[in-house]
Amino acid sequence: MAKITFITHDNKNHTVDVQNGLTVMEGAVQNDIPGIDADCGGGMACATCHVYVKDEWFDKLPVKEDGEEDMLDMAFEPKKNSRLSCQIIVSDDLDGLEVSIPSKQS
Amino acid sequence: MNKTDALIIGAGPTGLFTAHQLKLIGLNCEIVDNLDKIGGQCIELYPDKPIYDIPAVPECTGEELTNNLINQIKPFDIKIHLSERVDEVKKEGDNWIVKTNNDKEFSTPNVIIAGGVGSFEPRKFPVKECEKFENKSLFYSIRDKKIFEGKTVSIFGGGDSALDWAVELSKNSKVNLIHRRDDFRGAQATVDTVNELAKDGKINLYTKYQMSSIEGDDQVKSINIKNDNNETKNLKTDYVLGFFGLIMQLGPIANWGLNIDKKTIEVDTEKFETNQKGIYAVGDICNYPGKLKLILSGFHEGALAARACFKLARPDEKYRFEFTTSSKTIKERLGVKGD
Repeated sequence: MAKITFITHDNKNHTVDVQNGLTVMEGAVQNDIPGIDADCGGGMACATCHVYVKDEWFDKLPVKEDGEEDMLDMAFEPKKNSRLSCQIIVSDDLDGLEVSIPSKQS
Repeated sequence: MNKTDALIIGAGPTGLFTAHQLKLIGLNCEIVDNLDKIGGQCIELYPDKPIYDIPAVPECTGEELTNNLINQIKPFDIKIHLSERVDEVKKEGDNWIVKTNNDKEFSTPNVIIAGGVGSFEPRKFPVKECEKFENKSLFYSIRDKKIFEGKTVSIFGGGDSALDWAVELSKNSKVNLIHRRDDFRGAQATVDTVNELAKDGKINLYTKYQMSSIEGDDQVKSINIKNDNNETKNLKTDYVLGFFGLIMQLGPIANWGLNIDKKTIEVDTEKFETNQKGIYAVGDICNYPGKLKLILSGFHEGALAARACFKLARPDEKYRFEFTTSSKTIKERLGVKGD
């Protein structure tokens, strides 16, 4: 279990408990966090679960696979700390993770 | 006006198999899709990716699945209207009148929405001012490449579309190619060509840059591009092209008076009918307790929705369930010989 904080574009913090083994995207969808569309359902085929990972957390996450960087090309305003939240799998190590959600996904 | 027993919106796997089911029970149908090709997400998003959970098919790609489904409906003469987006659905007497963005009209008692996550639209630039220039000097697809001759064109993107057009337009135009990172995801041969053209000064390559602003009055005059270190460059340009792939938008479906929750349409699990009589939703776009977004679920939903269409299309006849293995009528429809 990990506590994950989603910071929405209006600067509101939403902290939720997410079970180990789920993805950060699934944690957002199950808790109705606004701004994570996840159109393709986690297939790394759409870039609508795009988040910005807080800098101190970015290097602690497992590195991106090739396909993720390709999809990020298509995300709305990608930055250095961009990730697809469907590709981040939750574990105890991610307790306290903070991600911000872009102003929109498309 | 096209008259049909059922109109299917969406030519993905669910739409194609639903058409098969309709024809099998003796109803006619037509299919409309916003894309210029058949296959929906299978073709647009993952043509080469293997799928492992189609019953009785241990492994196939999105493209193979689509081709098999097209083969399966070959015995039937089904009209598929591509590059047509359904904009309007309204009731007229017992029928639904369906209009597309190109003014094609259909009259039908049954509309089956097999629209996936909506229609595919080009992803646009985040910079809001771009809207002002859209379809005048800023484009997301190219209809007539002649307009770029002798002009400066700034192309954004790192996939095949961006690279192919950069190579092609560099023959007769001054081309800037801008991409947010060093790696391109297009075909290696094209990447090599682009790098060579860049070395020869035929293409100006700006990697790790993205658009930060756009300037001009009626026409684009220049753009500013910025990298991760906030370094900005100003590029004079006549045209801007963006190739960021496609995104799925629910689009006009939202305005048809259907019960919609989180981009999906609520249906019952007997007929997969929506809150509007004669409008059904099947596949990824429908929602009911226990819904799984799997292709196999779409097949089941389509089969049941097709049977539900029978009542409205043939009010004076009674639908009789038959197996394809034994029904003479079905074999005739399929054009196969009985034994």
